[in-house]
Formats: sequence, C-alpha cells, structure tokens
Amino acid sequence: MMRRLPWTVLAWACGLVFFFPVLWMVLTGFKREADAASNPPTWILAPTLDGYREVFDRDLTPYLLNSLMASLFSTLLVLVLATPAAYALSLRPVAKWRDALFFFISTKMLPAVAALLPIYLVVKELGMLDNVWTMVILYSAMNLPLAIWMMRSFLLEVPASVLEAAEMDGAGLLVSIRRVLLPIVSPGLAATALICFIFSWNEFFFAVNLTATRAGTAPIFLVGFISSEGLFLARLCAAATLVSLPVVLAGWLAQKQLVRGLSMGAVK
Amino acid sequence: MSRRPLFVVISALVMTLAACSGAGGSGSSSDGDSKTITALMVGNPQMEDIAKLTADSFTKETGITVKFTILPENELRDKVTQDVATQGGQYDVVTIGAYEAPIWAKNGWLHELSSYADKDSGYDSADLLQPMVKSLSGEDGKLYAAPFYGESSFLMWNKELFAAKGITMPERPTWQQVAGFAAQLNDKQAGVAGICLRGLPGWGEVFAPLTTVVNTFGGTWFEKDWTPKVNSPEFTEATKFYVDLVRQYGEAGASQAGFTECLNTFGQGKAAMWYDATSAAGTLEDASASKVAGKVGYAYAPVNKTKSSGWLWAWAWAMPKTTKQADAAWQFVSWATGKEYEKLVGEKMGWSRLPAGKRASTYDLPEYKQSATAFADITLKAIEEADPTNPGLQPRPALGVQFVGIPEFADLGTKVSQEVASAIAGKTTVEKALADGQKLAEDVAEKYRK
Repeated sequence: MMRRLPWTVLAWACGLVFFFPVLWMVLTGFKREADAASNPPTWILAPTLDGYREVFDRDLTPYLLNSLMASLFSTLLVLVLATPAAYALSLRPVAKWRDALFFFISTKMLPAVAALLPIYLVVKELGMLDNVWTMVILYSAMNLPLAIWMMRSFLLEVPASVLEAAEMDGAGLLVSIRRVLLPIVSPGLAATALICFIFSWNEFFFAVNLTATRAGTAPIFLVGFISSEGLFLARLCAAATLVSLPVVLAGWLAQKQLVRGLSMGAVK
Repeated sequence: MSRRPLFVVISALVMTLAACSGAGGSGSSSDGDSKTITALMVGNPQMEDIAKLTADSFTKETGITVKFTILPENELRDKVTQDVATQGGQYDVVTIGAYEAPIWAKNGWLHELSSYADKDSGYDSADLLQPMVKSLSGEDGKLYAAPFYGESSFLMWNKELFAAKGITMPERPTWQQVAGFAAQLNDKQAGVAGICLRGLPGWGEVFAPLTTVVNTFGGTWFEKDWTPKVNSPEFTEATKFYVDLVRQYGEAGASQAGFTECLNTFGQGKAAMWYDATSAAGTLEDASASKVAGKVGYAYAPVNKTKSSGWLWAWAWAMPKTTKQADAAWQFVSWATGKEYEKLVGEKMGWSRLPAGKRASTYDLPEYKQSATAFADITLKAIEEADPTNPGLQPRPALGVQFVGIPEFADLGTKVSQEVASAIAGKTTVEKALADGQKLAEDVAEKYRK
C-alpha cells in the first residue's frame, strides 16, 4: 500500500493540473467581466449569469446545429468507410497492405495549411463555400486515416479462431461480421467515433476559411467573442463552457465502451 | 445492452439534423423575394449593438435582412483578403480599420463610396469629420470606407489621486510633466502605478501610443524618401523615455498589458494616469464597469516638440468589390453610419454607447453632450487636430499617425514591438531593439525606394 502512495499522489497531481484549465474556464464564465480580467485573479466571487446572457443574446443555435451536423455525419461516414477498410488491412489483409496503411497515414503528414489553398479553390469552383456538407466531407477525409488505424488495431485483437469457428458453423461473411465481429469491437468503434467526433467538433482552421454566414460552426461562434476593445474573458469562457457541453455529453454516453475501447488496443 | 441508449440518441440526432439540414446546409442563396446581405465584422461593443438593432430597424424599413459574422481582427483581415483575392464574394459589407482602408483601396479591393454618398440625399457627407475622411480615402481622394466610429488618444487622470497630492494637470501637458507626475503619484505599497501605458507586443498595441511619442519627440519610422529612421537619436530617445517611464512608474506586468488590461487597471483605480484611446472614456464613465466613473479628468495627448500628438483611428464599413448586391450594401452602410442610427443607439442602448467620433453633428446632440460632458469636447478637438498626412516634424511617405500605411507595417511594427516589450521586461536594451528594427525597416524600404 505505502509503495503505491507516491504514484497515487502523482496521478492525482497530474489529473488536477490537466483539469485546472477546465475548472478555470467554468468558473470564469460565472464572473463579472471586471473580475475575470483582474490580476491577481479573484477566487471569491458572486456568481453572475451575465456572461451566459450575452452568449444567448447572439444566436448560438445555428452554429451548434452546423457543428452537430458536421461532426455527426462525418463521424458516421468515417465509421462506415473505416471499418471495412480496417478489416481488409488486418483480418483479411489485401496484397501490399503495409503500403496501403502507410499511404493512409501519410495523408496526415501534410500540414493542413499547405492543403488549404487548393481545397479552397476547388470548393469555390464547385460553389460549395459556406456549406455544411463541405465540412462533412472534409472532416470525414481528415479523420478517415486515423479511424482506419484505430479500427485496425482493434480488429487485430479479435482472435482468428473465433472467426474460424463462426465459419465452421456455416456463418457467411455478413453474419460473422454482424454477429461475431461487431459485438467484440463495439468498444473500439465507440472510442473511434468519439475521437472523430471531438476532432470535427473542435476543428477551427478549415471552418474559419471555408464558411461564412450560413455554415459557421461552434468554434467560429466562440472566437467572435474575442475583441480588441473592451473586456471579453467572462463571456468567452461562458460560451466555451456551453460549446464543450455536447462533447462532454457524448463522452459520458460512450463512457463504458470507451474505458474498454481505450484499453483494448493496449493490452497484448 | 448498454449500447442501446447511445444508439437511440444518435439516431434521434441524425434524424433531427437531417430534417433541419435545409436551414443550415444549403449553400444556394434561395432567399426568395426578400434581399439578404452578409456582413463580416469585429466583435467590438459598437458592432454588437448594431447586430442587435438591425432587425427591428433597418430590416423593417428596407426589407433587407443582414446576416452578421463576428471574427477577431486578424481572422477578419485574412478572410477578407482571401475572399477578395479569389473573387469569392461571400461578404457584402465588412468592418475595416483606418490602417487597411487606403491600402485595400489601392489594391482595388473596395468599392469607392463617394459616388454612393453623393447620390444619397440624406447622408450628408459634409458632416463627416475631415481627418476621418482623409484617413479612409484612397489616393484618388475618394472615400473607400464609411467611418462607423472614430477615436484619437488623450491622457486620462484620476482626479482623486491628483487632488490627494495637490497636483494640477494642465490642459496640454508635456511628456516631461507627465513623467514628473508619475514619479510623485507612483505608490507601490498601495498598488497604484504612476501611469499606465501599453507594453503588449503588436503594431496596434504598444506601438499605437509609442509611435505618437516618437512623433512628438521628432522621430519617424521613415522619411519622405523611405529612408528608415528607427535607430535615429529621436526614435531612440522617445522609446527610451517610454520604456523608462513604464518600467519605473508603470503598471505591474507592463510587457503583457494592452488596451484591455490598462482599461481594467485604470478602471479599478490602480493607476494615476493612462494615455490611450479616447474611446476608453465611455467605459470609464460607466459606473457598472468602472470604479472611477465621474472621477476622471481628461487632458490632450502629452507633447514634446510638436503642438499636438493624438493618434487617429476609425472602424469603418467597406464594400468589397466582389459584392453582388452593392446597392443593398450601400443602404446598410448609409444607415449604419448615418445620423439617425446614432440617435437610435442613444435611445435604445444608452447615449454613452453612441458610435461617436465621426460626425460633427454628434457633438450637437443635447443628450450625448449631457452623457459625455467630461470628454466630448476634448475628443472632438483631439480628432480634429490629428493629421494623418503630417503627424510629426517631417514629411511622411504614407498615411497614418500611429502607423505607416503600407501592408508591410503590420509585420514590421509587430516584430519591433516584440523587442520593445522585451526591453520593458528588462530582457534587452532599447538600443539593441531599435538596431534590429532598423534592419527590418531597411528591408521594407528597399521595396519602396526606387
């Protein structure tokens, strides 16, 4: 027991350090602007909802809807595409599967900013600027390589003998995928989905460049509170708290699967 | 099964979203008969007010719906540049600063507004303050952005702290006097700084006040023939004076303090003086946001060798060349920068929130005069005295009081400001900072010296 104590303390310390900015954000959202900007910071505060009131004064709903659409549809699309791809790269590997795998991850090596101009021009020529579906397609493309790699490592965990046994019992490909494979990897699916959802939800760079007034996503709404004239920290934090709620909710819903999923690829 | 609730939630969401995808998803502007224009703006308080007032007033009168997007300054600059350069045409009106207006006009990115204003009988362009018009015009003398609100700079001082020491502030102080007051009023134990000055890196942060100090000390970034003068004795003397002043008697953490931080420090009564934008006064006199409301005195920007030294800045509405609805866009610009809108803000949002500093008639409004007694006259005079073509002791190659009106200045000013901030933090010397700055300025000058 005593030997584990330092580790426990360290783990708690790390946890608190990482949690602190989140706590600070939530607290600041309830401060008055003047208190939020004070230096040294004020800890004791009479909580106020002014920040939240100002956030709701600007119409948050369309931004949230756009973000939800972009994140949800892209995540679904990614899962639908990544799972069979991962299957063909793990359980039933295609020829040159190593090259294929490397190709997928290599698409992540180009910095996003280098791809921006060509993407912008193509999107503009197609008349798809400021359109949520553009963001769905982009986010799917961005997350696909990651999802394939994640799903592959989850699929590799499935013992070949289980699949063989299913085949012996006369299960076809579809049946063995649906009845055997999916139940085993569902934690992995949940983990992948959550990561993809979070990445699309938080994406700012493409959103700020490719959307304007109709398809702006939640991060675009957030930065609108940054002003060079006047105080803005409290309402920015209030908005940030609101915008992070859906992700927290998604994580909470997928909690059980996540814990299994995140440890799944790690245990050999 | 634990998977079921998740599945149900996701399917429900997908169905809801698919149902409302028409609202947020369609890229085509099928707005039917009624016109819609799109506006891109920075998130300053005056812009927030207009976003709140447009639907009930402008849209009701004209039938034109305005959709607003708010972005921080830098993102806005990138976006407009990108949109205009690629002929994207995503925005019909945008807010731009006095720095961009002449540059973008020269690039051919903006509609000229003079002809629209002349045709618009109710607009009264003669009422616009001349320095504002000058700083928002192109080389052809035509207006390229309509001023929304404008500002100069002045010295704000805490009357209570001055009275406690029996010091009187002259109407037109010199920088030497100000340094003397700062020394007397600096009170480390009470946590009160003698003076608050910006130290935050950025061409529009520390170099806004600092360049006006340089101007009045006889310095300049460039001479008329583009000879860079960043390490000249005058520029160095001014910068040293500024850095020493803020290091000795300035606010704590000065190298990280910008407009916002200073507003807070002075507003909490933690500084005896503050030299900054005239637009700060509105917030300082608002008792719900400041502890010094009613206790602030206002004096002209301190000088050394020039007669006046205030800066000149405006936020203005411009129409990108790529807009497909120029007429509707002008209707909005005309409304937003017209006399009636000022009255509307006064009545609906409060007279202290008026987007002032652009029209002479604003300062005749009795309600505004009453709410801004302490600072209205001095603000108007400070703006009128500022000359963007000739702000110092020597002729200049480009427009601008506290900046040089060329595209390269944002980068140059920001790089040099980082070193000046280091000097304020005590990590480098002013001489070293300006010697490096001179090299950068020489690279810029190369382009223009032919």
